[in-house]
Amino acid sequence: MLGREEGKPMRSHLRFAAAVAAAGLTAAACSGAGGGGSSDDAQSINVLMVNNPQMVDLQKLTADNFTRDTGITVNFTVLPENDVRDKISQDFSSQSGQYDVATISNYETPIYAKNQWLAPLDDYVEGDPAFDQADILPPIAESLKAEDGKIYAEPFYGEASMLMYRKDVLEAKGVRMPAKPTWQQVADIAARVDGAEAGMKGICLRGLPGWGELMAPLTTVVNTFGGTWFTEDWQARLNSPEFKEATNFYVDLVREHGQPGAAQSGFAECLNSMTQSKVAMWYDATSAAGQLEADGSPVKGKLGYAQAPTVRTEASQWLYTWAFGVQKASRKQDAAWKFISWASGKGYEELVGDTQGWAKVPDGKRSSTYANPDYLAKGGSFAKSVEEAIKGAKPDDPGVQRRPAPGIQFVGIPEFTDLGTQVSQRVSAAIAGGKTVDEALEESQGLAEKVAEKYRK
Amino acid sequence: MSTTTAEPAARANPTRRAWRPWGVIAWASALVFAAPVLWMVLTSLHSEPDAATNPPSLLAPLTLDGYADFFGGIGGAGPWPPLVNSFSASIGSTVIVLLLAIPAAYALSIKPVERWTDVLFFFLSTKMLPVVAGLLPIYLVAQFSGMLDNISFLTLLYTSMNLPIAVWLMRSFLAEVPREILEAAAIDGAGLITTLRRVVAPIAMPGIAATALICFIFSWNELLFARVLTGVVAGTAPVYLTGFVTSQGLFLAKVCAAAVVVSLPVLIAGFAAQDKLVQGLSLGAVK
Repeated sequence: MLGREEGKPMRSHLRFAAAVAAAGLTAAACSGAGGGGSSDDAQSINVLMVNNPQMVDLQKLTADNFTRDTGITVNFTVLPENDVRDKISQDFSSQSGQYDVATISNYETPIYAKNQWLAPLDDYVEGDPAFDQADILPPIAESLKAEDGKIYAEPFYGEASMLMYRKDVLEAKGVRMPAKPTWQQVADIAARVDGAEAGMKGICLRGLPGWGELMAPLTTVVNTFGGTWFTEDWQARLNSPEFKEATNFYVDLVREHGQPGAAQSGFAECLNSMTQSKVAMWYDATSAAGQLEADGSPVKGKLGYAQAPTVRTEASQWLYTWAFGVQKASRKQDAAWKFISWASGKGYEELVGDTQGWAKVPDGKRSSTYANPDYLAKGGSFAKSVEEAIKGAKPDDPGVQRRPAPGIQFVGIPEFTDLGTQVSQRVSAAIAGGKTVDEALEESQGLAEKVAEKYRK
Repeated sequence: MSTTTAEPAARANPTRRAWRPWGVIAWASALVFAAPVLWMVLTSLHSEPDAATNPPSLLAPLTLDGYADFFGGIGGAGPWPPLVNSFSASIGSTVIVLLLAIPAAYALSIKPVERWTDVLFFFLSTKMLPVVAGLLPIYLVAQFSGMLDNISFLTLLYTSMNLPIAVWLMRSFLAEVPREILEAAAIDGAGLITTLRRVVAPIAMPGIAATALICFIFSWNELLFARVLTGVVAGTAPVYLTGFVTSQGLFLAKVCAAAVVVSLPVLIAGFAAQDKLVQGLSLGAVK
């Protein structure tokens, strides 16, 4: 009796233990399925990219072309712009080497290079004549060098800003757009074409807070009105008459003749409004043209392109590029360069043109693109305007006075992401009608002065 | 109440009429709460330009392009690796949580240890630090131990995040098990394990199901840690979902399609466990 009494629980114990062990193993096996840590295979690299349409095309084309030719597998991680910036600074600042290549812009490149987060690419460029560094448009190439004069990133596509407008709408109203308009001319035209079609406003201008959203076009307006964020000796100038005049002009224009809900519209919203004939003009990145002229776009072929409007400067376009940089801690820099050489090379533009359509070519970075007859014939009417805009951009001298740091639509210091975003929130509030421009800029001046103090020391 | 037996037929109609407004309100509020989900499903079936119009085009032609884009992947390998990662992290952590929480809850309710209230409070106190405050130290631990971008590490994190909740839930469920049944089992000669398996488990099963579902949902939907700690191989479904958002170009239909697919496992698990859940959440029926 006793033996049986004790034996029963014993067996139960065993069975229970076996069940626990089995469950544990299952869990471990499950966990193992996707695990394994970073892939150390020399024939694979990890690339972190921003989720822009050009990068999505790149992802589609990599396996069948780059991997087939070189045997190097590319693992992509694609994230929205703000997330990708967080992730890159997180991975690069800790030099954890998770990613070999990442998309960085001409804003980050000099800063990251100074922080020793990036590998210089000069030796690779020299050893790879087919890449043809001399073909890269000079303002873009210069903007991807650091203080030490070395190359730290290669461009995937470049952009300036320009004015895009509906030729048909302007024509119907009897308005002619100059090739190089002034902001006053643009404001007058916006008033005349406002309401040209049912539900159509005069112009779309970004109002969404963010240093890379509202602050980008607004800063180009400030530059050409004669304003600046900082003087050469680091005095904040956000409450100067020029800065105020420019901001008032921008806010008034978008409030009177701009898109509805302006305080919440950024690049994507304006692209939408333009595609859906909700606005007659749009001042924004040249890279938008490829999407407006893409197959299936309702406004394809109806658009005209003018240079960025000016007031006191000769030109006023911004300069921006998404480029590939290599993490210094990467142990696969040779494979990383092969990928960059392919993706930023001339052959890749041909490949996109042939397979995805010439309007989708990641352009704005090479002189040869603008000599390519296929691209010029099929890439749309914007090609020459874009080339002119990018070639004329002057990141080191964008306004009427000398600047303490490079950058046209941004100030090339690490603090600018925070500062620009905070200022943009205040200006956006002014666009929404929550405060006046003067209030917004007086508050912003205090914020900018704190940053300037650090650099004056 | 006393009239119930006297005039049942006469009472039925006025009662129903009196309650009708409540029915309307219930339906209306149900619609309000379901609207965003229905909106998401509808948008996922529109083309990108239709999905982005303002005012919205409700009657635009339906298409499966959004789903095709999702399953075709944003290039690359498609949604399967992140979905598998999410499944293994959620199911793995839920199993481990239950294995640890049930014995712990037993020792806090049926056979309470000394000062069990302090123990219970200790469990809760581990949830008091805001998650984001632990993010950086955890990132550094993961980096130094080579566990960055490793789904096992995420499983471990989800286990520790859900354990306190599971212990509290299971404790209240086990506290409902009548002592008389346990005593009867003891008199019949059942040992600890037999009692647990054959007496406690059947009674507490709805509670276990409810706890498991909650743990599964919490780990399935977790984004903060997953976004920071994973990268190339261990990305989970929510991280993959955010990858469709772009600041240049249209993405609403794709994101909605992705959100529908990523929500499905939780919905299916919820429906499958519905009976048990209703029992579990209204536990007390054993009394």
